[in-house]
Amino acid sequence: MAKHTLSVLVENHAGVLSRVAGLFSRRGFNIDSLAVGVTEDPNVSRMTIVVDGDDYTVEQVTKQLNKLIDVIKIRQLNPSDSVARELALIKVTANSSTRPEIIQIVDIFRAKIVDVSKNTLTIEMTGVADKIAAFEEMLKQFGIKEMVRTGMIAIERGNQVIKIGSSEESE
Amino acid sequence: MKMIAAQALVKALEHEEVTTVFGYPGAANAPIYDALSKSTIKHILTRHEQGAAHAASGYARVTRKVGVCMATSGPGATNLITGIATAYMDSIPLIAITGQVSSEMIGRDVFQEVDITGATAPFCKHNYLIKSAKDIPKVIREAFHIASTGRPGPVLIDVPIDLQLEEIDFQYSKGPDIRGYKPTYKGHALQIKKIVEAIAESARPVICAGGGVITSNATAELTELVEGLGIPVATTLMGIGAIPVPHPLCLGMLGSHGVRAANLAVAKSDLLIVIGARAGDRATGQTDKFARQAKIVHIDIDPAEIGKNLGTNIPVVGDAKIILQQLLNYVDEHYKEKHYKTQWISTITQWKNAKPTNNIKEDGNNEQYVNPKYALSVLSEVTKGETIVVTEVGQNQIWAANYYQTVYPGGFLTSGGLGTMGYGLPAAIGAKVGSPEKTVIAIAGDGSFQMSMQELGTMKQWDIHIKIILFNNYRLGMVRELQKMKYQMNYFAVTLEGSPDFVKLASAYDIPGEKITNNSKVKEALDRALSYQGPYLLEFIVDPEESTL
Ligand SMILES: Cc1ncc(C[n+]2csc(CCOP(=O)(O)OP(=O)(O)O)c2C)c(N)n1
Ligand SMILES: [Mg+2]
Repeated sequence: MAKHTLSVLVENHAGVLSRVAGLFSRRGFNIDSLAVGVTEDPNVSRMTIVVDGDDYTVEQVTKQLNKLIDVIKIRQLNPSDSVARELALIKVTANSSTRPEIIQIVDIFRAKIVDVSKNTLTIEMTGVADKIAAFEEMLKQFGIKEMVRTGMIAIERGNQVIKIGSSEESE
Repeated sequence: MKMIAAQALVKALEHEEVTTVFGYPGAANAPIYDALSKSTIKHILTRHEQGAAHAASGYARVTRKVGVCMATSGPGATNLITGIATAYMDSIPLIAITGQVSSEMIGRDVFQEVDITGATAPFCKHNYLIKSAKDIPKVIREAFHIASTGRPGPVLIDVPIDLQLEEIDFQYSKGPDIRGYKPTYKGHALQIKKIVEAIAESARPVICAGGGVITSNATAELTELVEGLGIPVATTLMGIGAIPVPHPLCLGMLGSHGVRAANLAVAKSDLLIVIGARAGDRATGQTDKFARQAKIVHIDIDPAEIGKNLGTNIPVVGDAKIILQQLLNYVDEHYKEKHYKTQWISTITQWKNAKPTNNIKEDGNNEQYVNPKYALSVLSEVTKGETIVVTEVGQNQIWAANYYQTVYPGGFLTSGGLGTMGYGLPAAIGAKVGSPEKTVIAIAGDGSFQMSMQELGTMKQWDIHIKIILFNNYRLGMVRELQKMKYQMNYFAVTLEGSPDFVKLASAYDIPGEKITNNSKVKEALDRALSYQGPYLLEFIVDPEESTL
């Protein structure tokens, strides 16, 4: 099923995340990922939610989210008009013989080594989900000990902003 | 003005023009109760917190105000839950105020601690856990605003006891501005025009009126529109009373428990205009088989209801009353004359007359049982449909829905969306408190009644005069019928042996009562019950085999 990216501006209150998460499970919507953090306005948080589903589902998700009092604004992002990134930290097994090859792969993918030990390398990788998946695939042969991902965040290109209190698309 | 937050809370309720609250005290809301004792607000002590929530809900429905209920933390709060969920499903404006354990103790599973905001989030329109005492007046204002505007619903406010006791500076401001909450009231002009065109093109239009028509008080507008254009109206369970049931254009209730004329009209219609209804499964059945020949117009104040259950050709978001007014502005005399559906009206009238739901004849001279359909038909006659009828859940509910003919919106109260047994008696109590000049009749089943019969004590303590009509089939009749039809008559756990003598039980609360076992005695018994100055219980013995429809 198709993936849709929703940017959701919410009040930066305690309990908002659980309301949003609860709504998804309660109404049987499938969430691919959910990332949340504060915005340029400290009273407002922005969630990036990747939803798995058809157009009916996305419409329902949007309408139900809009019913939450703490949800201020929702915008579905058009992939061709926005930049999306995810961060992954990956710990791979490495020894003196495999380390050079891993470093080479890291370079090719423009990832970054953030920690080294005698038998591990910890790598920071940002990118779209596909790129991270490809990177993970390349590292599997060495043995991935641990992996942690943030979920996707996204922002529109150019002058487009999601502004509270107006229905305009850009300013 | 300086005062403790519990006083500020009560003061805020006074500012909201609350005159009555229903509730139950405990340690965690003791400061609120202390403040309440010094207020002009009347507190009605129920016998169970669920009763308080249902009573507040019944009160809200007849007064068109927000109902308020209160409970202590822990079990007090969880006892409210069924009442809150019931109000949520039926879009009833309700405020529930619960005491909570001390804020620094939250999360440690202390005595009578429960996460009530977490528990009720799925069936509250919104809820609050107070974090700072000074927020209380603002939260109360917001809560009333949210509960009563847009699509109404319950809002819960959980107040830790330490914060109730904190001193704050009381200030009350009107009109909250909540940036994430801006309901739409006026229909989009373009969509209104499309409806007008669709009506002109249609030969067999039907309006499906739901509870939203009653909530927005749109009966006059609806009646004017359908009389002008000759459009029949089917109602949902919550929509009963949206147009007077005896009105020639009222088809009755549609759906799995509805009447043939309503379902037939919807099935044959070429234009179905759903107003203030969420097209719930009990009204529509399988949606792909519902109103198959019809273009669908869906008018609702909650955009999330449009397209949720029913594919829609013309969606309109807004308030039923305002949109009906917008429609009326379009249809002048010329339009009415040109597009009046004469032919269609004569067809639906034939369907209606083939199986009338009024003037039910007593079937023979059965010495053992009262026919409930007949009894309700007599009740409609003797009351002219002008009382407030509040039902329980089960066969008694559907009999009342189809055979009691209310003549005004708010004259028929029932738990539609949740189907909550035990709703009837406490909701009737709230209705009577809210509308003391009206006769309030609680229609009960022997099963449902026993879920809330402790509220007879509330009736007695507060001198609340309700007439109770209890249809006793010694069974959980509706479940028994299900077992009969779908489980090879394997009757299990549906007989209510051990029920009390209900007439004696009533008399223990000084409520007079009679047991009636014969159709020929029904009319006189109803006359006696209705003319008696005080509460009264009539127990009608009903055949367990009596069918729902
Ligand atoms: C709280 C609750 N529990 C269970 C049910 C399931 N249920 C629906 S109707 C019914 C039987 C109701 O019996 P009674 O009140 O005697 O009404 P009758 O159908 O006999 O008229 C039951 C158990 C329910 N609706 N609500
Ligand atoms: Mg029964």
